[in-house]
Amino acid sequence: MTAANELNLIQPRLLDKGSQRFLLVLIAVGVLVPVLNLLVPESSGLHLSTYTVTLLGKYLAYALLALAVDLVWGYLGILSLGHGAFFALGGYAMGMYLMRQIGDRGVYGNPDLPDFMVFLNWNELPWYWHGFDQFWFAMLMVLVAPGVLAFVFGWFAFRSRVTGVYLSIITQALTYALLLAFFRNEMGFGGNNGLTDFKDILGFSLQADTTRIALFSATVLALALGYLICRAIIISRLGRVAMAVRDAENRVRFVGYRVEHIKLFVFCVSAMLAGVAGALYVPQVGIINPSEFSPLNSIEMLIWVAVGGRATLYGAVIGALLVNYAKTWLTGALPDAWLFALGALFVVVTLFMPKGIAGLVQQYRDMRQQAARNNGGADKVEEKAA
Amino acid sequence: MSVSSLFNELRQTDQVFSFMQPQGATNLNIDKGVILYLEDISVSFDGFKAINNLNLYIREGELRCIIGPNGAGKTTMMDIITGKTRPDSGSAWFGQNINLLEMDEPAISKAGIGRKFQKPTVFEQLSVWHNLELCMAAPKTVFTTLKARLNGEQRDQINKVLTLIGLQDQRFLNAGALSHGQKQWLEIGMLLMQKPRLLLVDEPVAGMTHQEMDRTGELLTSLAGEHSIVLVEHDMDFVRSIARHVTVLHQGSVLAEGTMDQVQSNPKVVEVYLGE
Repeated sequence: MTAANELNLIQPRLLDKGSQRFLLVLIAVGVLVPVLNLLVPESSGLHLSTYTVTLLGKYLAYALLALAVDLVWGYLGILSLGHGAFFALGGYAMGMYLMRQIGDRGVYGNPDLPDFMVFLNWNELPWYWHGFDQFWFAMLMVLVAPGVLAFVFGWFAFRSRVTGVYLSIITQALTYALLLAFFRNEMGFGGNNGLTDFKDILGFSLQADTTRIALFSATVLALALGYLICRAIIISRLGRVAMAVRDAENRVRFVGYRVEHIKLFVFCVSAMLAGVAGALYVPQVGIINPSEFSPLNSIEMLIWVAVGGRATLYGAVIGALLVNYAKTWLTGALPDAWLFALGALFVVVTLFMPKGIAGLVQQYRDMRQQAARNNGGADKVEEKAA
Repeated sequence: MSVSSLFNELRQTDQVFSFMQPQGATNLNIDKGVILYLEDISVSFDGFKAINNLNLYIREGELRCIIGPNGAGKTTMMDIITGKTRPDSGSAWFGQNINLLEMDEPAISKAGIGRKFQKPTVFEQLSVWHNLELCMAAPKTVFTTLKARLNGEQRDQINKVLTLIGLQDQRFLNAGALSHGQKQWLEIGMLLMQKPRLLLVDEPVAGMTHQEMDRTGELLTSLAGEHSIVLVEHDMDFVRSIARHVTVLHQGSVLAEGTMDQVQSNPKVVEVYLGE
């Protein structure tokens, strides 16, 4: 074993081979997609329509969300059935900014109040809508709102040592409660319809191709950054403590770590990543409504991660992209079949590939290594015989 | 603290008020040569008295074996010392100045009491090296852990423990791939990384081969002196081979105490063990 190799085993590098490959592919996509959309003429077969770019942007936002889920599920062992709540809160923060950007171009032409408030006969902006006309404030809230919710929720849940399936159920209750709350018109978030009819972001029209490309690029960048943040956490000693908590929580406590603090930290980071994913998702799909809080969405996220492979990071991204592509395709071809397909997928993954796609990749690699070793051995025998 | 006890406290002017002393002081005071005091401890679960008026003193550097039939309260006693179970009454002091009953598990571990569980629980998905690294005596808050990097001295400490427990060659193997005996040693190594003053070891040789048992016995006797060790064990041969001082627990309290020969010839012990 070489000294450098040993050093890597003691303290893994931030950019190991796998991460380098992942980021290279991501950069390639980030460069290639805008080029194919903007520079290749529409008549060419290689042209990528703006619709496709936006769809890809949406998938990548989901991929970032999957990373967040993988961080808490794969590495910390918390099966969160409520990550949709953090995603939706980030989305609502972005949506509120976009609503304020509409200004007097709404149906009722009120410069201060969004249309749905005028419709409800409200006379002034609720206090919690103030500040959202500023982009920086909205961006801050994208991080703060999910972060604070995760902190408060986690503080109580982890301190009372709620774990396993009970914690999963509470997280599901959390997102369901928020779903019901956001449905109410009195909450001031647009009720059932949510927030939509967005016009522009930072003064650029949301319909313009260049804005769409910029949003796509921002999503690629956020995904790369999110990956690096997750990677930095999991290669640190804190990451190893998190994995130890996943495998033997009580033992970690006796070693002297405050398990609830470790969980709280990772959970909050994950919630904030989910919030950023939501904020990138909303301008690209053009709407945010309470259905994003639905527990079903949160369960779907777990399926992405399970399909891709837990505790690998890149697996979560692959899973999110594949499952969502399948969803787009299937809901177009056979609209009724999607939920059955999703259920079947979950069963198949659980039964036959518990480590997901990343597990298959690993198996294939091991097999090839084994074959190489056997061949090497055979060669040597032949040499001897000769 | 009740009002009357506060009043009593205030009247005693010959010593520092107890509430003025720093909480969870880590500088352990063992002037009297005794590292652990358990006095009049009782605890019951649903009416069943698991521990009944238990008194136990462990001297510094001692290797003490605790034996007793199933249900004698051995594991519950360990739970009380490490803060997992709160006794109904009694007092538990670590040295003369650390009150164990006021502390939670991480604080007790930090104060210098390490515990090895009956079932080896190592972190299976992490390498042997990382198992030891996590257990190292070092600041354990979230942000220090996030930024922590091993320095040369800490590496030396890990290597020293690896040699001591004989797992130098397996150091980059996942702990889950170790044999049962190796896991037990790794767990003892994990305890040593915390630089504890007092080691609580719960049935370390259960399921071990004879060679592994001998090796474990050597390891434990070599550790005594520098550390105080409380060993709970069922295997009489093993206890006989290493013990200098034995305590017999029965129905939650101490039945007999002394050398192995004294204890074995004690008629009460013989009765409890039916001829052992």
